[in-house]
Amino acid sequence: MSYPSNVKVVKLPCTGRVDVLLILRAFESGVDGVYVAGCMEGECHFLRGNLRARRRVEYVKGLLEEVGLGGGRVEMFNMSASQGQRFAQFAREMTERIRLLGPSPARK
Amino acid sequence: MKTNSRVEKILAGGGFVVTSECGPPRGADPEVVRKKGELLRGVVDAVNVTDNQTAVVRMSSLSACAILKGMGLEPILQMVCRDRNRIALQSDILGAAALGINNVLCLSGDHQKFGDHPQGKNVYDIDSIQLIQTVCRMRDEGKFLGGEEIKGKPLMFVGAAENPFADPFEIRAARLGKKMRAGCEFIQTQCIYNMERFSRWMEMVCDRGFHEKCAVLAGVTPFKTAGMANYMKKNVPGMDVPDEMIERMKGVPKEKQAEEGIKICVEQIQQLREIPGVRGIHIMAIEWEAKVAEIVKAAGLLPRPEIE
Amino acid sequence: MIVGNRKDFKEILEKLGPRRRVLLLGCNECVTVCGVGGEREVGVLASELRLYWKKEGETFEVREHTLERQCDYEYIDQIRGFADEYDVILSMACGAGVQYVAEAYKTKLVLPAVNTTFLGVTIEQGVWSERCQGCGSCILDMTAGVCPIARCSKSLLNGPCGGSSGGKCEIDNETDCAWQLIVDRLKESDQMERYEEILPVKDWRTGREGGPRKRVREDLKL
Repeated sequence: MSYPSNVKVVKLPCTGRVDVLLILRAFESGVDGVYVAGCMEGECHFLRGNLRARRRVEYVKGLLEEVGLGGGRVEMFNMSASQGQRFAQFAREMTERIRLLGPSPARK
Repeated sequence: MKTNSRVEKILAGGGFVVTSECGPPRGADPEVVRKKGELLRGVVDAVNVTDNQTAVVRMSSLSACAILKGMGLEPILQMVCRDRNRIALQSDILGAAALGINNVLCLSGDHQKFGDHPQGKNVYDIDSIQLIQTVCRMRDEGKFLGGEEIKGKPLMFVGAAENPFADPFEIRAARLGKKMRAGCEFIQTQCIYNMERFSRWMEMVCDRGFHEKCAVLAGVTPFKTAGMANYMKKNVPGMDVPDEMIERMKGVPKEKQAEEGIKICVEQIQQLREIPGVRGIHIMAIEWEAKVAEIVKAAGLLPRPEIE
Repeated sequence: MIVGNRKDFKEILEKLGPRRRVLLLGCNECVTVCGVGGEREVGVLASELRLYWKKEGETFEVREHTLERQCDYEYIDQIRGFADEYDVILSMACGAGVQYVAEAYKTKLVLPAVNTTFLGVTIEQGVWSERCQGCGSCILDMTAGVCPIARCSKSLLNGPCGGSSGGKCEIDNETDCAWQLIVDRLKESDQMERYEEILPVKDWRTGREGGPRKRVREDLKL
């Protein structure tokens, strides 16, 4: 499967490991957008990790609005591990969204 | 007689009391109060004056009572605990007595969030039951809350409000008992539409013998429109409006709804008079004071007794 | 624990004004437990500030430092060595902590990042609720362990008022009616006779009404 080369993948054992600061620090390091790809709701191997991740992603959207980067730069998508095509599709969607938003104003 | 109150005199003589309400204006014009007073002259035995009701700033109850007293009417001073501490409350009791006001209704008061100054601090230094105790002590023992002697005891007839339909239902009779033990002499209830439920509450009250020490005046409010009936059912906490009543209001064309509302109110008064322990009626016709005379007359409660 | 809410980002920026070198002080106690000013929240606010100023194209430096607590001098003293390198100390502690830092660093501008609200408990992770108002004369034995001063919107000692509905307070349907809780608890613990007692007026002198308070234990002084 192919997905845009501007997407850097960071592997985690479960999206429940994603925390607010991790996402903010990613933006500090100069990325234009972050998305969290987690299991389908109800299918989390660790039961509720992906639900926690969603709540944190929603919280970060608010923080990004506060600082003026825009909440659209972060997103959460759900898919099952076997859905390679879905992964690629979200990668394309997010890339397109970020292209429209432009580079992160904190990337200087 | 403990006081010069007309309400006390009628109750002591075994009579049926009729009271109503007057909301002071959101301004300094005394004419508004006088006009409302005139509408109630000879129609009711005493007039409640609300105290910054719903936490909305209005002319003070004490001053509006003084205006009504000056017209020869019998006012009932409502005092809420929300806005004044024990110093101010006792001070106003002395002032009321000095102005010839004979009755006081002790209330907690709606939370200020409902009013026009939700940002204000609230006081609630003492609660309504403690206020009842305080006024009774001032009158009977001639002592302030702090224990010091009063020179010139305020002779006030003490009342309170009770909502038979508020939660928790099971302690409402016990709460009335507390008010009574605190010294409360009369109660005005929230407006009643559910006769059956109110009868049950009165049974509880009579079972405990409360009705002998504390006169229950049942509250009624006439519906102006079907919309009002519906609003009260849906949006006012602690209000129990049976569906049949709403249907009855809806079943009449718009121009006839006010008339139907008055009819229902009169019927309710007649039903309430039959319930043991009910010693009077408190008519709350908010911004519709003009109709009180009509209601009282239709209910067969005129003329009001002549009292010294 | 003491609970608070972080101030709005905009408000914090306004208070910082033209200052660009900030010492951001967290506290490891109450504000950590209620997720408003601990090490993690210091990290988040610092990151937000850096992102904001990067976006604005201005240089900005924030040092993140979390103290064990800010209500004891020994801990506040730990930053004495580097406090002067910064234009402002922005504290995420409760009001007591912020004031104590300001007292210890009189020449520095010390700003609050948190609005301290109440004394409360953890209902579940992420939810904290008010329980105590510090009135100074506890009557919890008389009300089956539910405080009417802190939990009744009108602080009634002989409640409920007529606005109690469905176990909720008239002010909104999320707030429990304290007196419903008290009555339920009295029933459950077989103490219903207590409800018949008329609780006397409160002596507010032991509370904040009597003036700012102090506590001394001579035997603990060195």
